[in-house]
Amino acid sequence: MSTTTLSPLSKARNESAARSLGRRRKFVDSAVKWLCLAATVAGLFFLASIMGTLLWRGLESLSLNTLLTEFKPTSYGEDTAQAGGLRHAIIGSLIQTAIGTVIGTPIGLLVGTYLAEYARGSAFGNAVRFVSDVLLSAPSILIGLFIYQLVVLPMGGFSGIAGALALAIIVIPVVVRTTEDMLQLIPNTLREAVIGLGAPKWKMITLVCYKAAASGILTGILLAVARIAGETAPLLLTSFGNNVTSLDLSSAMASLPIAIYQQANSGFPDLIRIAWSGALLVTLGVLAINIIARAVLRGRH
Amino acid sequence: MGSMTEQTTASPAGFGGMQARSAEALNTQARISVRNLDFFYGTNKALKSINLDLPDRQVTGMIGPSGCGKSTLLRVLNRMYSLYPGQRAEGEVLMDGRNMIDASVDLNELRSKVGMVFQKPTPFPMTIYDNIAFGIKLHEKLAKSELDDRVEWALSRAAIWGEVKDRLQSSAMGLSGGQQQRLCIARSIAVRPEVMLFDEPTSALDPISTLKIEELIDELKRDFTICIVTHNMQQAARCADQVAFFYLGELVEVAPAAQLFTAPREKRTQEYITGRFG
Repeated sequence: MSTTTLSPLSKARNESAARSLGRRRKFVDSAVKWLCLAATVAGLFFLASIMGTLLWRGLESLSLNTLLTEFKPTSYGEDTAQAGGLRHAIIGSLIQTAIGTVIGTPIGLLVGTYLAEYARGSAFGNAVRFVSDVLLSAPSILIGLFIYQLVVLPMGGFSGIAGALALAIIVIPVVVRTTEDMLQLIPNTLREAVIGLGAPKWKMITLVCYKAAASGILTGILLAVARIAGETAPLLLTSFGNNVTSLDLSSAMASLPIAIYQQANSGFPDLIRIAWSGALLVTLGVLAINIIARAVLRGRH
Repeated sequence: MGSMTEQTTASPAGFGGMQARSAEALNTQARISVRNLDFFYGTNKALKSINLDLPDRQVTGMIGPSGCGKSTLLRVLNRMYSLYPGQRAEGEVLMDGRNMIDASVDLNELRSKVGMVFQKPTPFPMTIYDNIAFGIKLHEKLAKSELDDRVEWALSRAAIWGEVKDRLQSSAMGLSGGQQQRLCIARSIAVRPEVMLFDEPTSALDPISTLKIEELIDELKRDFTICIVTHNMQQAARCADQVAFFYLGELVEVAPAAQLFTAPREKRTQEYITGRFG
């Protein structure tokens, strides 16, 4: 309505104001874009630098020998080819990661199911969700201390099972969160359709909801595996580390992150080289798991 | 709006096909009788003292503006509301002489007798065969061959057998929207319910698929008592034997379809079907 009363002069003024507003918008627009790009480049630089150094230093001494032999004490001047490997740490890591996942996953899955299917909006559910989220970001050394008190002290010594339990506790909140998130994504109409056929709730959850959320939940489990495969702090106080290959869960057990920590601190050049190889192995393992997780997630209908 | 005005100007002859139907609608026995039903979402009263009979093997259409309570009533009939704490019903929903909103009712058994089809197709993330077999297995233990027969029967009744018989083992998620909706109807039929509830079953579908579903409903009423919620008044006129008009939680008027759309008793019905509000 007011446009009919505008004089040619005020119209011109409006046009110049619009032009300057347009220029400012364009400037802000490109500024935001360049800021985002700069941050991305900075992030990529650090990542590429870490990966590059790791590949270069890690591949240097990575050989079949590294995979198949265990730790061997060395001294200055000894032939590098004589240096020991990481077999004990690889086997220890596989065992503890596997047991940690097997114990932590079902608990996390059930808690996540409880939160998404039974405790939506309830005060207790909210409290559980909050505690789980706190646990998700808790310093992992605390979890190590917790298991130290609960398992290591009563058992009278460091043990592989204590390490596995500490890892299981780290797995739980990761799986809780992804399970709950993935179940929340399922539309309620799908649940009502199952219930509408006369299905009890537990069948709705196990036969339909889990199926609908399967790839997402599996991805979460894989990410939890990747997370614990690289954990060091909780193992320091639980499975401690070991220089020989041990399958005994009741005694101290080696693991890759601990072996890296110990050998990198040793001061012996060939042990430090082995530590680089270990770091590369852990990184490649975690990378592989992440790639599998992405493939699984993409594979869903 | 335009289509609604068109409806009023259409002569009663436009609904001529329903004259015969409406006569029989008055005589049949009620499969479900709703008596003095109140419904609450928390403290908000969404249905006020509803009284309605669903005649046996007839189609009851429920119309009214959004939020009028028609879907709520549908969700009372199979106790879907019981999933949600805070929702409750008071009054009677009588079926075989029992009050179905009583706390002692076995909900799984009730829902096997009162099937439901939703607004959006809801195929389960499994094969076409497993989608149909899912409901059957919940209530009956059938031998493989019997199960196969029942699956074929249900898919045939839902007029989709011809389209899926060669791909029963492929995922139901790959079907088109209209096919998925007929699959969902087949899945409900497979349990052999007595009553079928349709909650705006075609509002997410194209006209051709809509036509197929409407023909299907017409065919299914030979065996099932049907209740359909729709926003489309032409659809109600085409499918339903009796139509109930809801407004603000009240059942304003229920009458044979031809009568309700041509000579409504209530002023509010008249205004709604002519597009003056809602």
